[in-house]
Amino acid sequence: MITSELFSVLKHEFCLLAILLVFLVLKIREREWKNETLIQLMNGLLVLNFIIGWLMNSEGVLFDGMFRNTLLIAFEKNILNFAILIVHLQSTEWMRRHKHLPEFYMLIVSSMLGMFFLLSSANWLMFYLALELSAIPLAALCNFDLEKKASGEAAMKMILSSAFSSCILLFGISLIYGSTGTLDFGEMAGRLSAMPLQILAFIFIFTGFAFKLSVAPFHFWTADVYEGSPVPVTSYLSVISKGTVVFVLSTVFYTVFGSMSGIWYDVLVVSTVITMTIGNLFALRQTNMKRFLAFSSIAQVAYILIGVSAGNEQGMASSIYFVLIYVFSNLGAFAVVSHISAMTGKESISDYNGLYKTNPALSWLLGISLFSLAGIPPTAGFFGKLFLLGAGAGTGNWPLIIFAALNMVVSLYYYLRVIRAVFMEPADSAIPKLTYGISVRLAMLICLGGMLLLGFTTGLYEYILSLSFGLK
Amino acid sequence: MNLSLLLLVPLLTSILILFVKTDSVKKLALGGAVAQLILSLGLLFSYWKESAMAEAGKFLFEYKAAWFPAFQINYHVGVDGISVAMILLTAFVVMAGILMSWKVERMQKEFFFLLTFLGAGAYGFFISLDLFLMFFFLEVAVIPKFLLIGIWGSGKKIYSANKLVLMLMAGSALVLIGLFGVYYHANSNTGGFDLTQIASNGIPIDIQMYFFPFLFVGFGIFTALFPFHTWVPDGHSSAPTAASMFLAGISMKLGGYGCLRVATYLMPEAAAHYSWIIVLLATIAVIYGAFATLMQTDLKYMNAYSSVSHCGFVLLGIGMLTPTAVTGAVLQMVSHGLMTALFFAAIGMLYERTHTREVAQLGGLLKVMPFISTVFVIAGLCSLGLPGLSGFVAEMTVFVGAWERVELFYRIATILACMSIVVTAVYILRATGKAIMGPITESKYNLLGDASWNERLAGVLLIAGILAMGLLPFWLKDLVGPGAIEIVQKLKA
Repeated sequence: MITSELFSVLKHEFCLLAILLVFLVLKIREREWKNETLIQLMNGLLVLNFIIGWLMNSEGVLFDGMFRNTLLIAFEKNILNFAILIVHLQSTEWMRRHKHLPEFYMLIVSSMLGMFFLLSSANWLMFYLALELSAIPLAALCNFDLEKKASGEAAMKMILSSAFSSCILLFGISLIYGSTGTLDFGEMAGRLSAMPLQILAFIFIFTGFAFKLSVAPFHFWTADVYEGSPVPVTSYLSVISKGTVVFVLSTVFYTVFGSMSGIWYDVLVVSTVITMTIGNLFALRQTNMKRFLAFSSIAQVAYILIGVSAGNEQGMASSIYFVLIYVFSNLGAFAVVSHISAMTGKESISDYNGLYKTNPALSWLLGISLFSLAGIPPTAGFFGKLFLLGAGAGTGNWPLIIFAALNMVVSLYYYLRVIRAVFMEPADSAIPKLTYGISVRLAMLICLGGMLLLGFTTGLYEYILSLSFGLK
Repeated sequence: MNLSLLLLVPLLTSILILFVKTDSVKKLALGGAVAQLILSLGLLFSYWKESAMAEAGKFLFEYKAAWFPAFQINYHVGVDGISVAMILLTAFVVMAGILMSWKVERMQKEFFFLLTFLGAGAYGFFISLDLFLMFFFLEVAVIPKFLLIGIWGSGKKIYSANKLVLMLMAGSALVLIGLFGVYYHANSNTGGFDLTQIASNGIPIDIQMYFFPFLFVGFGIFTALFPFHTWVPDGHSSAPTAASMFLAGISMKLGGYGCLRVATYLMPEAAAHYSWIIVLLATIAVIYGAFATLMQTDLKYMNAYSSVSHCGFVLLGIGMLTPTAVTGAVLQMVSHGLMTALFFAAIGMLYERTHTREVAQLGGLLKVMPFISTVFVIAGLCSLGLPGLSGFVAEMTVFVGAWERVELFYRIATILACMSIVVTAVYILRATGKAIMGPITESKYNLLGDASWNERLAGVLLIAGILAMGLLPFWLKDLVGPGAIEIVQKLKA
């Protein structure tokens, strides 16, 4: 009885562990495996993992209240499972050209495992352990382009900034532990009274989150790490790492800090305004595709914060819905960037001049992804952004909504810069016609389909809404 | 009649265009346009039949299905006389635009896809009765314009495309804020985004005062509300012929329709409160546009600035808030749509042959290309309001309606706006005299040919529309009138 519950509640984590074990065994066997075999194996395992994720989800609490699983958390994990599958499919070209694939897989899966524990944690101790488990492998992953100097630099920046943010977070946790005498989320919620020490602790904890989410002014690592890391790691960072923290952020704010909602509302509004401004202004000036997407993702997070700030079911549901759409749109853009970077090594925006002449399919995908990121209908990004703003408008903070709506126009300007390069600028030396394998093609098709159809599937948002909860 | 057909036909056409062989793209697009024209004529007849029995000013052919129940967003469509008129206009301009693009060789598939898709956005906008749905289509129709101008345009096309899309998106951002304001503050808050529900529930006055400017200015940017008209000249002059026709003929009308259907209809008290500002800005646009046209030497810039002036009449009519003036505004939208599309078509045909749009370099074209020149002259005469053509009917109705406002301020505005017609006559007649009449300035013009079959068909189609409205204005007035009265009546009640 107990074992079966253990297995069903921890199902997602066990699946990842199994993948980890498979590659560990392969590695220990001291035999050189062909990259192609490993890639196909990983594809198979990830598909299996994704499918199992949907079967027989059950709610439950384990380890003395440290770990919990709900249908909402299971859904979030499924989104992440899906994202990792797409990231893997679209990076096939990169994988083919690199050594040490088993290590790469082990690192990325252990980081995923950390994310899953983070999502399920119901105790600050568990939370902190999970956070470290998810962050440390990432630093190694950033360094995976071993021959590139920038990759090492990215890893250095990643590990330093993440260690620094963990410190601050830990300090916040210790303060709040000192003030309430418990680490359990549920118990703590009852004992918070918004006294100054607790507010200070909250600020520290939020700073820890802000580092992971690259909310300004804690965003400085983002662009350099995105630029230096291998593209699969960049897509992982921008989608999965960010998605997880968004999911956790709303849960922690709504449950643990529910009684301090007035305080975190102000904090969220201020950081939204700063982040949106900085993300947009810096994105305007970027010349490298990866740095450009880094700043665009900073600006995107600001919109999510508006949704979270709403503090009701609508706010939570719309931020989860947005992350889901963001997975499709951002990975769609990264699929193109990653493929072009793997095949030609070109990453600057001016290299994309005249891409449409040689690679129309890639251009359409890139264009539609950027439109989706910019929130242009009929792509799904339009619905995602609108629902976030709609949820945010419910609080009646009109200056914020006006600011955000006008910022959408600013952001459109820089997305159009890329569109212009791809479709309109004449090419001096256009990227040659690229071929792509079946798995890259599949990843691209899935992203494209998601962006075009997600907005017209009526039940999905309602499903997420039915799982969501507001301030308690 | 099922209104969704109006949306599905262009949508399916545009999707099919992506999958057929390149040499059948044009035919497919034309086929789609013909189907749309037949559908919209069918709509007109069935609307006549149904509205004779229905209550005046009611929406007909309604259909409603849940889309996002959580936000009370529905797929809700329906039409009244005003929308039917706009749909007819769209069908005419789409058909003429596609005929005029017959010679586009570069990236044909993409070109016709974007044109058809743009059309689908416009139809969707005019049939929507749900504010969210309407906003969706408003934005759908923006990006194709960017690509059409940026890829197939001429001159400083990238600058113009950027300017156009950013200004229009800023407009739609303002609309979005207004929509949220309406959504969260409509009385009893059960309507969601539903236009008819919100209209019957009403919106508290203080909320109207806050959010009316957002909605009106937002939609106003689309229809060249002064001082947000600056995208119009650049956008129109850089766009390829068909895109100019679509822009002036359809897209600018989305704004006017939105000002009327959303801003004024939902917030009548605020509209009355702010009407003096609307009238003031509209009068400035009318006069400024006319004088700015006087200074232009490029035919496309001329027509673009005269569009600013003519769209000023639309806003003037709306701002006056009398049933006649509002009817006039709608008539002016239809008339201006047909007339500008015709004008741009004529300019496109001239440019394709002479490779210049400078008035000074043209001359005596009537002798070498009689058909194109005739089209040009008819468009010009319609623009200056010659009786018998649509421009006269529309502008006359606006003026008569405006004159019903007896306050001194409105009287002065009306008189000033009226006088702009003289300026219009100056620039139209001057351009016609120089370019069409007179001696042939360059001997190479003697070798040029007249319009081809597709161009003739496009011209005849639009001229037919103009005549149908100019010679028999009553059917259109009767079509639009009840809708206009319904909008203004809310104010009196």
